[in-house]
Amino acid sequence: MGGRIGVQKTHKLFIGGNFPRSESGRTFPFVSRDGAVVVQAAQASRKDLRMAVRAARRALPGWKERSGYNRGQILYRIAEMIEDRAETFVAQLALAGSESTARREVADTIDLLIWYAGWCDKYVQVIGNMNPVAGPYFNISTPEPVGVVGVIAPFEPALLGLVGGLGPVMASGNTAVAVASPDQPMAAVAFAECLATADVPGGVINILTGYPAELAPWLAGHMDVNALDLSGASLDMTGSLEEASAHNLKRTGRWAGPERNLYRMAAFTEIKTVWHPKGR
Amino acid sequence: MVADRPIPVGGLLHESLRVDTSLPVVPGAGVGVARWEYEESRENPDLARIRDRYGLWIGGREEEPLSQKWFSSIEPATEDHLATVAEAGQADVDRAVAAARAAAPQWAGSSPVDRAKLLFRLARLIQECSRELAVLDTRDGGKPIREARDVDLPLVAAHFFYYAGWADKLEYAFPGARPEPLGVAGQVIPWNFPLLMAAWKVAPALATGNTVVLKPAETTPLSALRLAELADQAGLPPGVLNVVPGPGATGAQLVGHRGVDKVAFTGSTEVGKQIRRRLAGAGKYLTLELGGKGAHIVFEDAPLDQATEGVVNGIFFNQGQVCCAGSRLLVQESIAPEFVDRLRRRLNTLRVGDPLDKNTDIGAINSATQLQKITELVESGRQEGAVMHQPPCELPERGYWFPPTLFTEVSQSHRIAQEEIFGPVLSILTFRTPEEAVERANNTPYGLASGVWTTKGSRILWMADRLSSGVVWANTYNKFDPASPFGGMKESGFGREGGRHGLAAYLKGVG
Amino acid sequence: MSRQDLPSFVRSVGSTDEVMVHERVSGLATRSIKRQSKMWALRTAIAMTDLTTLEGMDTVGKVRQLAYKAIRPDPLDSSIPSVAAVCVYPNLVGPVAEALSGAPVRVAAVSTYFPSGQAPLDLKVDETRRVVADGADEVDMVIDRGAFLAGDYVGVFEEIRQVRVAAGRACLKVILETGELGSYDNVRKASMLAMAAGADFIKTSTGKVRPAATPAVTLVMLEAIRDFYAMTGRAVGMKPAGGISTAKQAIRWLVVLNETLGADWMTPERFRFGASSLLNDLLMQIRWLQTGRYQSADYFTRA
Repeated sequence: MGGRIGVQKTHKLFIGGNFPRSESGRTFPFVSRDGAVVVQAAQASRKDLRMAVRAARRALPGWKERSGYNRGQILYRIAEMIEDRAETFVAQLALAGSESTARREVADTIDLLIWYAGWCDKYVQVIGNMNPVAGPYFNISTPEPVGVVGVIAPFEPALLGLVGGLGPVMASGNTAVAVASPDQPMAAVAFAECLATADVPGGVINILTGYPAELAPWLAGHMDVNALDLSGASLDMTGSLEEASAHNLKRTGRWAGPERNLYRMAAFTEIKTVWHPKGR
Repeated sequence: MVADRPIPVGGLLHESLRVDTSLPVVPGAGVGVARWEYEESRENPDLARIRDRYGLWIGGREEEPLSQKWFSSIEPATEDHLATVAEAGQADVDRAVAAARAAAPQWAGSSPVDRAKLLFRLARLIQECSRELAVLDTRDGGKPIREARDVDLPLVAAHFFYYAGWADKLEYAFPGARPEPLGVAGQVIPWNFPLLMAAWKVAPALATGNTVVLKPAETTPLSALRLAELADQAGLPPGVLNVVPGPGATGAQLVGHRGVDKVAFTGSTEVGKQIRRRLAGAGKYLTLELGGKGAHIVFEDAPLDQATEGVVNGIFFNQGQVCCAGSRLLVQESIAPEFVDRLRRRLNTLRVGDPLDKNTDIGAINSATQLQKITELVESGRQEGAVMHQPPCELPERGYWFPPTLFTEVSQSHRIAQEEIFGPVLSILTFRTPEEAVERANNTPYGLASGVWTTKGSRILWMADRLSSGVVWANTYNKFDPASPFGGMKESGFGREGGRHGLAAYLKGVG
Repeated sequence: MSRQDLPSFVRSVGSTDEVMVHERVSGLATRSIKRQSKMWALRTAIAMTDLTTLEGMDTVGKVRQLAYKAIRPDPLDSSIPSVAAVCVYPNLVGPVAEALSGAPVRVAAVSTYFPSGQAPLDLKVDETRRVVADGADEVDMVIDRGAFLAGDYVGVFEEIRQVRVAAGRACLKVILETGELGSYDNVRKASMLAMAAGADFIKTSTGKVRPAATPAVTLVMLEAIRDFYAMTGRAVGMKPAGGISTAKQAIRWLVVLNETLGADWMTPERFRFGASSLLNDLLMQIRWLQTGRYQSADYFTRA
């Protein structure tokens, strides 16, 4: 036996800033392009999802009250962390695809995050505005975070899709529970580790690896989840998820790809309009 | 009169000042005792020019219903039959959607300047017919003519005027986006502001290049049909605006129709959820403006006389049949008894009765069904132990009426503090600190509107940040303007109507 | 209440919201009243009028004319009531008192170096004693707005108190000159201060400053009167003055009064209009109601 035996990482969930195993004890295999099982990733259960929603709810007030400037710095810090580990991400993504595609995906992910990082202290100015009402009133409409957002990330591109979903949600002050692509749990876990080292407060982003078909209905039916990004849900799943979302009238959206989109941020905000008389 | 409770003696006058200042008798005025009655100043009911029969409005003209069904619209103040109206069935909805679909490409492709001009013209026609339309809504719906005349109609015209101006400026509305209409909008509106809700729906939809099939409420179909005639008179192409009266079933046929790209609904949260389920997976655009249980928060430092007016207006405007009605009063404990006294005193001067009388403050409840619902919830309030206050007032014998009502000793868990009553009924609760006010105000699945009364500026902004509602009225209530977005959070729906944000509900990729 | 408490009392009287005050009065402006009520209102408004002349060119002859007009506003209709009072400058109190002698019309005098109020306190007190001695039943004093705006509430209170004592049994109306106070919050404060210092009436303005009486400022003052009554049990009267020249305006004021304080205040003992040209317009409206013909000013005497 030549050389050193490497130490393998355990691939766990990311809930409330911690890395627990699934309470169910279940795992599922990540199989590389050549058919080998590379790792066993934690397979989240509905109870893990429940814990994740609870963590996201708890983190919401603090996150939305942070200044846009501060949120922007944290998003930028995440991009720094990914850049720092770019080779690891490329190697992981390349296990299931080509290296050049993986390299482009990692670069695009970093650039997309920086794009959203810059929006944090600007989107309120662009999405909100003063309203010139006919009367002696100060009247202003501003976007506020909708709350806890469930993100069903697309199967691929796994990293870019996940970040394309979480970027706008985080930037506009929401907290999130994401169900990552089951095809690439390693990238999701590595991304969670970037979050954990980028000053993202615990619970702001929670990442579950496992099967969307199992987890998404619980997310859609959860009464303490305010909105859903269904970009990763299959078309035949979307109907039942939207139906389940009606219980508390979640806002739902689907986007074709992780492009730079201000209105994807707007979709996870609520416009609040405040009136006040102008008098002496 | 002034004080219906014991007056504390002593007080402010400096001891040294207790000189006798009683007036010698003022010269025999010879005017007798006060006789002060407001005249029944009745608006002419015939201004509404109500016809015996109203058909459907499809493809730019009035059509007989293929359903061959007709229904009666009732005048809620008299319970009399007002007009016979065509009921749209599935085949009629098919026809209307087909007409809207046929008109869609040309309307969407028409010159934005022309669209603007047609809508400006419609706004002007509405202004010119506003007395007629005000009487029409008052007779069909029961609202006081003073409100129809001074609130609804000016806002209807202003709404068309506002969105007309947007029609040729859409590329300026959403940075980085290319404005594109959705296609055919199916719109279902309620009976509380019949024409105003039509305006909120139709004006932005048409300005953005969509075509419309509008389903007015079963109890108030007349003004929407008149609006369609005016649109035709203004020169809007046939099929751009279609109106299909009918019951809830007609609305269900419309929102579920395959030819409809966008659904906009205003009404109850219950029906809103049904529509959401119905459209699940259909890939249609949807905006919902639903119920509410607005909290009206009064701090001890508020301008109390104006807060009293605001609270009264917040709950008794349109008989409380307003989705954003301030139906829960949260008053700071330190001033609660005094504030309740002020409210009760003010209640005594509200006039309930004939909606066509220009002095009427509180008109008729919209329908027997609604009256029954209010009555039932009020009864539950009494049974659960809340204390009811109603001023003495004589209600007309015929028609649907409910006196202005206050409940004190209300607890957060009472039905009257939780459920939307949609009537002139105010539940009064107290709070001690700003934190507690926010907590109580937000402790509901709804999130449409709330009010805050305090003179402390930083507290207003602190409260406004924390209240979970789409609209926060600070030191005012129930204010509306076409430039100001309106809509709810949580189970009060999604999407905004009014303002620049109202355009997003009818354009691709910006909502 | 001690003197040291006065500033904190004035600051604690509560606040107003200007925009909502305006909305309330414009809402009341659309009320219409019954025909018999209107007739009653017009006649009552006459009985509530302090027929006023406050010009540099006033003469004995002029105020006598006014006094006769006050007693018998319409020579052709003896059922028309007399006005409440005739209000003049201090030097004309004697002639007016003589002209009104035995008539059911009271003599009112402006005092305290009206309209500016810019004079030493002892002169103001002397002036007040003098007008009462000359026969004034009522004294319309004006507060020192400068002192009030400078926050000298004790000074303003003291001044009103001394004038109050000097006026003796005469009815004391305290002019706040609301157009100079800057905000409705200040109007409310000044109203409370004046009432606490012993005012029998509070009055909007002198007619020399614009804006003078408006329905909105009247509403704020009526609400202060109502709250003061609730606190102390003392009923204070209200006198809007300045710019009320038509019957339509007067009725609008009475609507505000009725809605705020009710029938108990709908009497000349508790409500006055300070006006001059209003009187003939009230008479013309009464004649119009009686005859159904629109009227001409030529048929109504001018004092």
